[in-house]
Amino acid sequence: MELTRRDAAAALAAVGATGGVALTARRAGDDPDNAGGAADGEGGGDVPPNEESVRTSMAAVAAVIYPSEVDGVEAFVDRFLDGRLDGSTHADGLRSAVDELDDAARSWHGSPVADLPESDRDRFLREIGADTAEEDPDGTLAERVRYYVVNELLLALYASPTGGELVGLENPQGHPGGAESYQRGPR
Amino acid sequence: MSAGDAVRDVDRSPVPNADVCVVGAGPAGALVADRLASDYEVAVLDAGPRFDPVDRLARQERSIRPSYDRPDVWDVGGERDAHANSGEWFYPLNHARVKGVGGSTLHWQGMVMRLHEDDFASGTERGVGPDWPIDYADLRPYYAEAERELGVAGASDNPYAPPREEPHPMPAFEPSYSDSLFAEACEELGIDMHSVPNARNSEPYDGRSACVGYGTCQPVCPAGAKYDATVHVERAEGKGAAVIDRAPVQRLEHDADRVTAAVYATPDGTEHRQTADAFVVACGGVETPRLLLLSESDAYPDGLANSSGTVGKFFMDHLFAGVGGTLDEPTRQNHVGFYTSACDQFYDEADEEVGPFKLEFFNYAGPSPVEEALTGDDWGDELLDRLRDGYGTHVAMGGLVEQLPRSDSYVTLDDERTDDRGNPVPEVHWNVGDRALRTIERANEIQREVLEELGADIEWVAGPDATGPAYHHMGTTRMSADPAAGVVDADCRTHDLDNCWIASSSVFPTGGAMNPTLTIAALALRVADDVERRL
Repeated sequence: MELTRRDAAAALAAVGATGGVALTARRAGDDPDNAGGAADGEGGGDVPPNEESVRTSMAAVAAVIYPSEVDGVEAFVDRFLDGRLDGSTHADGLRSAVDELDDAARSWHGSPVADLPESDRDRFLREIGADTAEEDPDGTLAERVRYYVVNELLLALYASPTGGELVGLENPQGHPGGAESYQRGPR
Repeated sequence: MSAGDAVRDVDRSPVPNADVCVVGAGPAGALVADRLASDYEVAVLDAGPRFDPVDRLARQERSIRPSYDRPDVWDVGGERDAHANSGEWFYPLNHARVKGVGGSTLHWQGMVMRLHEDDFASGTERGVGPDWPIDYADLRPYYAEAERELGVAGASDNPYAPPREEPHPMPAFEPSYSDSLFAEACEELGIDMHSVPNARNSEPYDGRSACVGYGTCQPVCPAGAKYDATVHVERAEGKGAAVIDRAPVQRLEHDADRVTAAVYATPDGTEHRQTADAFVVACGGVETPRLLLLSESDAYPDGLANSSGTVGKFFMDHLFAGVGGTLDEPTRQNHVGFYTSACDQFYDEADEEVGPFKLEFFNYAGPSPVEEALTGDDWGDELLDRLRDGYGTHVAMGGLVEQLPRSDSYVTLDDERTDDRGNPVPEVHWNVGDRALRTIERANEIQREVLEELGADIEWVAGPDATGPAYHHMGTTRMSADPAAGVVDADCRTHDLDNCWIASSSVFPTGGAMNPTLTIAALALRVADDVERRL
């Protein structure tokens, strides 16, 4: 099943992207004077130096954690990141988590995630604990990789129409797929 | 603009020469403010922030991601929202409310039924609980107005609903595919299904979008198709009302028979006094009694407006009853976050032993695949297999059940703990009683019957031992014609203070089993009329 430009746009529609809107890593209650702002569109402007490696590494992880029956993964991830790698603190957290993931891959296996064979990539993600960790934007490396890398990518896929259809649900939660599909029976 | 800038730039000084001060910018306060703002100087004070609409997608992401709890979605929690529990029944207060402009309508599901005629006369008609000092006919025109104000999608196909005078403002949402499965089983059993009124646009209404199916209605609608009280707050501001956010009212200053000022705090730590000719307290079923208790004085040593001793007493919620399972065929769940069919057939069979209850046919039974995908230690093909196994054949029925007002169910102050402003936090002591538990059993009985007729494997039952609250806080400043038996009179004006009204489900003498917000809205519109008459 091919992931399309529409899927990437839909995934962004589900989680927010344009205008610097993205979920901050801040947990509620950390700063009572700032309690009204889930978004943080401040800062940014220049493309950070690691932009390309972040995209490459994210696509490499997606190739492992997405099911084998989806195609077009690299382009889908790239378009999704067009919206997510904005000037937000979420984007900063994502970049840092990918950087640290690549550092760990170099240290343990001699090359960044994207250069590892796919089977080694899967094993490496499990070695650092990203499979069993609970996502936490402020947690350990495993928890941050789960939050900013693994779950970021799974959220993008399964909140998109193609990702939903893989499961049998063409209008998944988070996707504004209209108020008609719930009325239709199985095809 | 960041929220920090908002704190610095916003003028939170009191409104000079205000006619009306409304405390709380939820649906009740917003409707009162909107109704009065054209002709009067209105100041609205809210304890929480003004949320930026541009953040709604980010809040939706919080609602899906496992690292965020429900209170995190709208920034509830921390010292501002500290609270205590002391009853046998735990009450998850911070899951049950949102503080800020829009109030709890920001996270509500948006179901808007009218109470039934007998709900206003429980003592007379059912032999238990007090009668309301008003009846359905008194509220009926206000219900119609409230439906127009909120924007309600509904139909007149419910033979058990109380009489109405005009169609709903929008057509009802069409039944779901799973409704059609339930319909066959219900027909066999002689159980009637009908549409259900939603405060959610089935077509564009009032400048807001039709529902686009995000499926996260509760706790956030990024489309704005679900009504929330920011609609009326913005309209009131357009008419000249001043809305001051992050301005928790600390106490109501008063003399013997009038409120003179609402003393509120601001983020910079200063306190201000908002004076007005009339005060409308609209802080919901927990913070309303808390504010009155915090406003104790020599004249009112047990709390303001509490000559009856009933402030905080008779705390009620609706209880959930449900049964769910799986079929051996697709059921097409989790496309939308609201339900489209219900059954009120058994509601008016209520008596002393069994209370009123309503039944709901879910469109969101079983797990949401995207949420499931973010948990577990699998990915790739293995994860997809798990998602496919977990999704597709679930069915479920829910229902709400009335609990009676009880003297051992109340809200008071916990003098052992204070909030971020040094005020004692609310203590919820919740108890529901045997009639409510029997009613849950009766609802479960019918729900089981329907699911068995459908051929479902029943996998869970939310019965008396597994029930929980519906987050409808009611009863804590009850309405009564007798000043010795309630806090407010039939006009929702406090018996003790001539210029103080309460617009909230806290005035409900009994709760019925219908979601309360339409009744809150109708009462708020009625309060606005009474305030205007007396100004």
